[in-house]
Amino acid sequence: MTKLDLIKNGIIKENPVLVLLLGACPTLAVTTSAINGLGMGVSTMTVLICSNIVISLLKSVISPKVRIPCYIVVIAGFVTMVGFLLNAYVPDIYDSLGLFIPLIVVNCIILGRAEMFASKNSVLNSAADGIGMGLGFTLALFLMGAIREFLGAGTLFGFTITANIIKPMTIFALPPGGFFVFGCLVALINFISKGRAIKKTEMGCSNCPSAEACGKSEKGECNN
Amino acid sequence: MKEILMIMFSVILVDNFVLTKFLGICPFLGVSKKLDSAVGMSGAVIFVMVLATIVTYPIYIYILEPSGLKYLQTIVFILVIASLVQLVEISLKKYIPALHRSLGVFLPLITTNCAVLGVTILNIDENYTYIQSIFNALGAGIGFLLAMVIFAGVRQKIEYCNVPATFKGIPSILIAASIVSVSFMGFSGVVDGIFK
Repeated sequence: MTKLDLIKNGIIKENPVLVLLLGACPTLAVTTSAINGLGMGVSTMTVLICSNIVISLLKSVISPKVRIPCYIVVIAGFVTMVGFLLNAYVPDIYDSLGLFIPLIVVNCIILGRAEMFASKNSVLNSAADGIGMGLGFTLALFLMGAIREFLGAGTLFGFTITANIIKPMTIFALPPGGFFVFGCLVALINFISKGRAIKKTEMGCSNCPSAEACGKSEKGECNN
Repeated sequence: MKEILMIMFSVILVDNFVLTKFLGICPFLGVSKKLDSAVGMSGAVIFVMVLATIVTYPIYIYILEPSGLKYLQTIVFILVIASLVQLVEISLKKYIPALHRSLGVFLPLITTNCAVLGVTILNIDENYTYIQSIFNALGAGIGFLLAMVIFAGVRQKIEYCNVPATFKGIPSILIAASIVSVSFMGFSGVVDGIFK
């Protein structure tokens, strides 16, 4: 598989949010506006690319028995750095993302890619995978954010679009709207791919970082 | 006492971790298929949340803050939680095998549950005292249990519904979650009404 294929794979065929259904918490929580979704997506992408590269470099050094704690330390280090960068250069986004910046550590996409991809592939391939998955995540979050901001506030990136013509439906900016828009987007992907995409990897079980611990992923009876 | 009740009330109903703050969505969607596994998972989450708060709060107040290492918060907390989960699993297996049988499967999955890391960081951000933090963690866990149990009931009904093919599976569940979330919005303002 070429590098370009790897990147395309993450964006469309194996989109981490809309197809593999990983990282649902930040997807629902921070997408109240397009700019927040974009900010979260780019932050996560940065962490994902950096951690993929470092973990791929260290794959022969890390003993398989203690790999998960090692991965977590690497990821947490990069998350702290990204937090500092956001705080220094875009304090507005830092404030609105709030708690969800440290919580990038427990985003299953990052640990999942470290376990599934970076620990088995070359540095360049891992970087390409990080870029692809990161772009896919950013795209999904941006879509969610744009839809919710447009319907919920009648604006896009803070510019008024329909707010003074039609009364905005505030519920879309509130928690129930998050679940609703996410459900509709997944249904749309289901419709376009005729149900193949989601069924194949329902809940992304084989990508789950605990797949080995629970040992049920191969039998397909994982109840998480 | 009044403050503790206020914290518990608001974290269980008004700011429910799953339905309002979106923490712990993965287990909420994944494990709520059956009522007994939903209760088992929630039990494990309550246990680990309270334990993690008991351990991380003093670490932050007495070690990280005085030595100016606040920025290590994320790394230290996630490592403490990960090792704590391992420790709990090993000791449960050795000393209380009955409890291990009902909670054991869920424990390894909790390390990457953002609700646990979330509650420990929130306790610091909100400047709670030690006692308040513990009750906040307990309340967050109970709120998680409440959401899981309600949603397990809803999901059992969805199973028998004739959903359009496009919405089968995850999309229909997400939209049902949205409706449950609307019902929890009805609690906003309850805390002010009761306690003020």
